[in-house]
Amino acid sequence: MTPPVLHFSGVTKAFDGADGPVPVLRGVDLSLAPGETLALTGESGSGKSTLLHLAGGLEIADAGVVEVAGRDLGGLSDTARAAVRCRDVAVIFQQFNLIPSLRVADNIAFQARLAGRADSGAVADLAQKLRLGDQLHKYPEALSGGQQQRVAIARAIAARPRVLLADEPTGNLDEDTAAEVLDQLLALVSETGAALLLVTHSPAIAARMDRRLHLRGGRLA
Amino acid sequence: MTRACLAALLSHWRRNPLQLFAFLAGLALATGLWSGVQAINAEARASYDAAAATLGDGQFDQILPRAGGAIAQSDFVALRRAGWRVSPVIEGRLSDVRLVGFDPLSAPAGFGVGQVGDGVDLGAFLNPGQLFANAATAAQLRVDMPADMPADMTVVIDPAIAPGIALGDIGVVQRLLGRDDLSRLLVRPDQPMQRPALTDIAPHLRQQGADQRVDIGELTKSFQLNLTAFGLLSFAVGLFIVYSTIGLAFEQRRRMVRTLRALGVPLPRLIGLMVVEVLLLAFAGAVLGIALGYVVAALLLPDVAVTLRGLYGAEVSGTLQFRVSWWGSGMAMAVLGAVAAAGVRLWRIARMPLLASARPRAWAMTSGRAQFVQGLVAALLLVGAGGLALVGDGLMAGFALLGFFLIGAALLLPLLLRPVLTLAEGAARTPVARWFWADTRQQLPGLSLALMALLLAISANIGVATMVSSFRLTFVAFLDQRLAAELYVEVEDQAQAALIEAEMAARGTTVLPLLAVEAEMAGLPARLFGVRVGPTYRDNWVFLDAEPDAWDRVSAGTAAVTNEQLARRAGLWVGDRIEIAPGIELPIAAVVADYGNPRGQVIVGEALFRELYPDMPVHQLGLRTQDPAGLRHILISELGVADAAITDQAALKAFSLQVFERTFAVTAALNVLTLAVAGFAMLMSLLTLADLRVPQLAPVWALGLTRRRIGQLELLRVVVFAAVVCLFALPVGLGLAWVLLAVINVEAFGWRLPMFLFPGDYARLGVYAMLAAVAAAAWPAWRLMRTPPGALLKVFAHER
Repeated sequence: MTPPVLHFSGVTKAFDGADGPVPVLRGVDLSLAPGETLALTGESGSGKSTLLHLAGGLEIADAGVVEVAGRDLGGLSDTARAAVRCRDVAVIFQQFNLIPSLRVADNIAFQARLAGRADSGAVADLAQKLRLGDQLHKYPEALSGGQQQRVAIARAIAARPRVLLADEPTGNLDEDTAAEVLDQLLALVSETGAALLLVTHSPAIAARMDRRLHLRGGRLA
Repeated sequence: MTRACLAALLSHWRRNPLQLFAFLAGLALATGLWSGVQAINAEARASYDAAAATLGDGQFDQILPRAGGAIAQSDFVALRRAGWRVSPVIEGRLSDVRLVGFDPLSAPAGFGVGQVGDGVDLGAFLNPGQLFANAATAAQLRVDMPADMPADMTVVIDPAIAPGIALGDIGVVQRLLGRDDLSRLLVRPDQPMQRPALTDIAPHLRQQGADQRVDIGELTKSFQLNLTAFGLLSFAVGLFIVYSTIGLAFEQRRRMVRTLRALGVPLPRLIGLMVVEVLLLAFAGAVLGIALGYVVAALLLPDVAVTLRGLYGAEVSGTLQFRVSWWGSGMAMAVLGAVAAAGVRLWRIARMPLLASARPRAWAMTSGRAQFVQGLVAALLLVGAGGLALVGDGLMAGFALLGFFLIGAALLLPLLLRPVLTLAEGAARTPVARWFWADTRQQLPGLSLALMALLLAISANIGVATMVSSFRLTFVAFLDQRLAAELYVEVEDQAQAALIEAEMAARGTTVLPLLAVEAEMAGLPARLFGVRVGPTYRDNWVFLDAEPDAWDRVSAGTAAVTNEQLARRAGLWVGDRIEIAPGIELPIAAVVADYGNPRGQVIVGEALFRELYPDMPVHQLGLRTQDPAGLRHILISELGVADAAITDQAALKAFSLQVFERTFAVTAALNVLTLAVAGFAMLMSLLTLADLRVPQLAPVWALGLTRRRIGQLELLRVVVFAAVVCLFALPVGLGLAWVLLAVINVEAFGWRLPMFLFPGDYARLGVYAMLAAVAAAAWPAWRLMRTPPGALLKVFAHER
């Protein structure tokens, strides 16, 4: 059996509130195999984004183990966690988070360069597949929302991560554009063999994933 | 990773060239003004050092005549025969060049000859036809050389010799000056144990200790400090620009920083790269600034040279050299300033949680806690300034007081502006007016640094304008007091003096002989004057402090008047006693202001002076007349006085005022530059903020305000800010003037100036400041008026 690339075991997380700690995740267990796609649904404030952030090493669990490619993120320093994020994980944010001062081509290649995997051919290929071929010399501000999201997807895929984390990647897009972007994302994930953990509110989008989990009261169901 | 990350950071500047320009220009202006002033100071200091090294000024005891004038050769011979190891020096002027002749064989080591270029041997120096001077002085000498000089007289160029001075063997200089006496005798440090006292051999001579002589460097130090203070002020204004630019650039990049970290760039590396980025930019700005400083210094140096010469008689070379002392300090100040400005932001980034809101916080920069801290620091600085004003002592305490006061006032500004704007908002009636005031209040944090810079610049202008105008008013009154006689005649000899006195007495013209001698009083070098007390003195002289019958007692020879400089330096005042000659003490009946004169003066009655110095000749006579032109004609045609020997009061006053005006030419130039820098700070802040303003203005535009109207309101906003800053700058500027006049001036120059107010000047300055602010706001407002609707609509598109 292939070992999981993402593994949660008994993970708990709480945030400080006005009346003391507010628990968000309560003993979450989760595994994701290479090439597998998983939809995480739940109401607003249920802890979906927190789970995603823990998977990306952007936050640290209060208890339990979060492993990415076999490495326990909780035992790593900030710098080592950043290295995991750079090499093994890529995050697609709802707000795109492109670098406004870099052109589209440089934005797509950026994380790959950070990881030492820059490949200009792959960037061009991805741009073509995502219909960004004639936008490469533009700056993000000149693109529509759908185009910016495609740049964010291209950046994540170009880095060839083992785990792809997507936080409502189509939340800012209209229905048609969202469907198109999702098709492209799933096609690319399938090509690269990366695992995909996708947070969404949409049952339709969740239905297209291999597995679906619902987060309620800090627990997975 | 490093390369990709650095490229991403630097791409921000490529995409925001205006911010890059603001950063570099701000730092370059700050460094330029600072290093320009330092360059001038370094040049002046090098000239003093050369003068001191050339002449050994201040190193040796000297023997001088008690009654002034020259020393006979026979006195020198008598002292040498009695065992005194002294060396003769003669000094005189050939046009503008100071000729110094000395005997290289007997001169103490370290005086003159040691400094005459290394390549010049003693034989060459003793050559009867040679003088030594730097290139500029040599050129001047060649023009001014008397026509009857021997054809073999040459000037050897030696760059080590101070400007305006030519050295030569004593025989050569005596021949050039047409004299056979000596100016002074240098006392070698290695004197024999047994030797007769000076009073036994030459009782008419006196020995002056090395430390009692007036040191040009000490005198001019105060002027340099003045310049340095303005340099620092300009640098502070420039740093405000840099701080503001760096602050906004970092705020705008918060989102990028979060993205970079989310993509896997470790925080230490990110901070390290940002430090490298700031250092690279600071270095570039510093290089530009040093080049600018060179230009500023080169433009101002001729005025500075004239100022120092007019004030103190100190010669400063008119050419500028690229000295490490000034460009090094400029570079260090620029880099440290930029790093300090960036340090706060980097520290915030280092502490920023990875998932913190990435929205620019420019509008929320002054949180309640930050305001409290700012208010506390301002209060502490102002209390510190008050404490220094009460108990501070010395020039450095004066400058610390200046710094505390100005920075404290600047920090207080935004805290005072906020309630003013809140009040205005409350009083507004129309919706647009309410929005305008609320929006103006919201802009305050983003503009506060530029407003502080504007406050400092306007305050500096008000302060310095008050100081200069007070100085001018006082100086003109002082000239009227001191130059009361309508004509002044330089007399050739005592026979001519007696002839003029008799003739004038016959015509009923009042004659005021000028009797003066160099002497040491209260342990300080000073000049003793004998005056013929009469209505001229009684009516024109204004004392700082006096006893009621001061002039009567001076006339009777029972009291003296001292100038303020001597009184302050010697710690004496009215009622104290001063020894005016060995064994003769007089009470001080009055202290008189004596502006622009670094030396101490004591004034006694004519009779007492003649009793003390019976052989002292009269050099100058002042004549009171209603008809200066007629009297001048009589002096020339009937009494044989040379036309050149007669000076009329108007010409003398004009010359004195000219010296004064030049004295402050440099200060005025720096003032203009400071205001220009503040205007630039405002422009850069507004331009940098312009992009952040679009999302705030788009909804107002969508609700029906035209772009033109919004642009006009933006302009009005800056006018409101500038007007309030001008009002606040008035008390701050007057406080600054008080510190300059009552604290710094007393510590630096030794006299206190009365402070006058010039409302017309302040109103004019206010108008200039408003114009500078409007000029600064015009471009951003114009850009806003021309913002395409599409750019405004994007705001809503991005909010989807």
